[in-house]
Amino acid sequence: MAVWGSPERFERERVAPVGFHNARLVDPSTGRDEIGGLLVRKGRIADIGSHLSAETFPEDAEIVDAGGKVVAPGLVDMRVFTGEPGFEHRETIASASRAAAAGGVTTMVCMPDTDPVIDDVALVDYVQRLARGTSIVRVRPMAGLTKDLNGVEISEIGLLSEAGAVAFTNGRRPITNAQTMRRALTYARDFDALIVHHPEDPDLVGEGVMHEGETATRLGLPGIPAEAETVMLSRDLKLVGLAGGRYHAGQLSAAASLKTLRRAKDKNLPVTAGVSINNLTLNENDVGAYRTFVKLSPPLRTEDDRLGLVEALSEGLIDVIVSSHDPQDVETKRHPFAEAEDGAIGLETLLAAALRLYHSGDVPLIRLIDAMSTRPAGLLGLEGGSLEAGKPADIIFFDPDMPWIVKVDELSSRSKNTPFEDARMQGRVLRTIVAGRTVYDYGSR
Amino acid sequence: MTAAPAPSPITFPHRHLLGIDQLSPADIVSLLDLADGFVDINRQVEKKLSTLRGRTQINLFFEASTRTQSSFELAGKRLGADVMNMSVGSSSVKKGETLLDTAVTLHAMHPDLIVVRHHSAGAVELLARKVGCSVVNAGDGAHEHPTQALLDALTMRRHKGRLQGLTVAICGDILHSRVARSNILLLSAVGARVRLVAPSTLLPAGIERTGVEIYTDLGTGIRDADVVMMLRLQRERMQGALVPSVREYFHYFGLDAAKLALARPDAIVMHPGPMNRGVEIDSDVADGPQSVIREQVEMGVAVRMAVLEALARNLPNA
Repeated sequence: MAVWGSPERFERERVAPVGFHNARLVDPSTGRDEIGGLLVRKGRIADIGSHLSAETFPEDAEIVDAGGKVVAPGLVDMRVFTGEPGFEHRETIASASRAAAAGGVTTMVCMPDTDPVIDDVALVDYVQRLARGTSIVRVRPMAGLTKDLNGVEISEIGLLSEAGAVAFTNGRRPITNAQTMRRALTYARDFDALIVHHPEDPDLVGEGVMHEGETATRLGLPGIPAEAETVMLSRDLKLVGLAGGRYHAGQLSAAASLKTLRRAKDKNLPVTAGVSINNLTLNENDVGAYRTFVKLSPPLRTEDDRLGLVEALSEGLIDVIVSSHDPQDVETKRHPFAEAEDGAIGLETLLAAALRLYHSGDVPLIRLIDAMSTRPAGLLGLEGGSLEAGKPADIIFFDPDMPWIVKVDELSSRSKNTPFEDARMQGRVLRTIVAGRTVYDYGSR
Repeated sequence: MTAAPAPSPITFPHRHLLGIDQLSPADIVSLLDLADGFVDINRQVEKKLSTLRGRTQINLFFEASTRTQSSFELAGKRLGADVMNMSVGSSSVKKGETLLDTAVTLHAMHPDLIVVRHHSAGAVELLARKVGCSVVNAGDGAHEHPTQALLDALTMRRHKGRLQGLTVAICGDILHSRVARSNILLLSAVGARVRLVAPSTLLPAGIERTGVEIYTDLGTGIRDADVVMMLRLQRERMQGALVPSVREYFHYFGLDAAKLALARPDAIVMHPGPMNRGVEIDSDVADGPQSVIREQVEMGVAVRMAVLEALARNLPNA
């Protein structure tokens, strides 16, 4: 697929207007869920509503009869590992962006766990410059919360924010030192910066490689108790109470964490939480015969945990769904289970997998789009996540019912470690538009 | 010898000077008035007085300080006292003697005045309880540094003609600063408005309840201020996740000409020293026309003479 360079530049180019009519418009930012039309012009949403039909669109517009299928704001994925810089053989920003476009993700938020770590203004600049030249979707970097993710010295949160870092995280590595966490939260508060943490106590994880319980015992694998998460989450939320900075638990996996989260939210602490699509749609039994593609951090847990997370997502206690896209290749994955790296790719299957929760009747469609678009955009202070007139035209057009089977060879990611290999999906992205320009079109694959 | 200035009509009802906390506004004003007189004497050729003739002053410094120690030494000598300096490097404290044993030993030498600096808050007060003479706190941990606050006040008063109603912005590492604490106490007592400007990591808990205004943005914090007081940032603070880097600290909290322009045009810039140029203060500002940093050092000697004399009036046989 052609690369045109920066989505930010699209708006200044001449792109033909696109008008969708007869579409199911789903916009969590306004609560809209109705049949109508949407017009994109000059990179922005020019108009939206039931008053729009094919006849109302300008003559030079490309007119799309949506046939009652969904038009929604593009997805904002808050947890994407690319391999760039440092691990380009696993994934480049360019290849990740193609996977994103095919999956309906119009903004990727890249994690700082690269080599070198994104912990410096020059590196934030570098990633953004690289993205401008090679990515077909928007890319926003998160910066390291501590220098080289060492967990000791905080990074330049003020200067990095000014350079374009949308949040701060220690990536895969939790901050074990409570004093450091307290001070990071305190310091970040002055800049209204968001801290995204991976609350998992490494000492309690120990040698563990999957959820601790009967399945792990039968498989002969060391386990990770749910307390690895609840202990550190409790600590973090108490520190938020003390320090007051904005805190986002990147991915929760245990139902027991939800009570703690609810208490903090009830106290109006500036706390939010995310969940990986994997923990919402899979459970420990998927490890099956030692499938390393479902070796994840946090691990897949029990079906009860999964159901608890789904319910929390549905009511909005859990704010955000992430793909946790983490490309690993044979060199890191083709090992005995305990020796393989954690992580699975997910950009391309994010929406389809999430629609399982819609089809099962567990989560309304508008809430799913909210959790993958409007809420993350709001948390990160991004302009997207909305179909309102005047907003950037970052849009997906998808058929929520179309059946398909995940074929590894057809995935755009450079790494193929999907936990959904050969899985049956219901729901497919037909078109992805970033800043008014079509970056993925199912029909012209 | 020069004639001593006429004794101030107000008596100084304290045996020690342990902190600003113990002083009434009247005490503060009388010390500043007394110090004003010493400024003039210190500018004469003949600076020697006989107020403390026959008295012994020991400067006991458990923490190195060139500036404060020499200032106290000069103050004592100009008042005619015999001054002995003891610093930790050459004392038995290094050999494991406790603070109280040191106090007992010194007490046996019959000093009249002991000037103490110690790295632990409250240590000077502990020592004061064990000796028979007068004790001056020359800085204890992050607790108090009363003579610094007095010399700062004297500098401000001489420039602005008053203390009441002045807006004073104290900027930087408040958390570790005894200078900030003594200044907050003194300035609040005499009716100045105190603002603190620092990243939240360098603000101690509960400080907002001392009646000060808190700012985490330097530009807003020094807007229309009469006095901008910068504090030293120890480079070690980068290690403890309090501040990310010198670069970021200077960008947001370093005083340069552009930021200083937001204060009143006649604002004065102060610093207790020693300065970290390029960390909390730009050289252009430190050496610029609004800087009174060198004058603070001069006021230091005068204020310390005033303190020593005021305490000596209450010594036995005086």
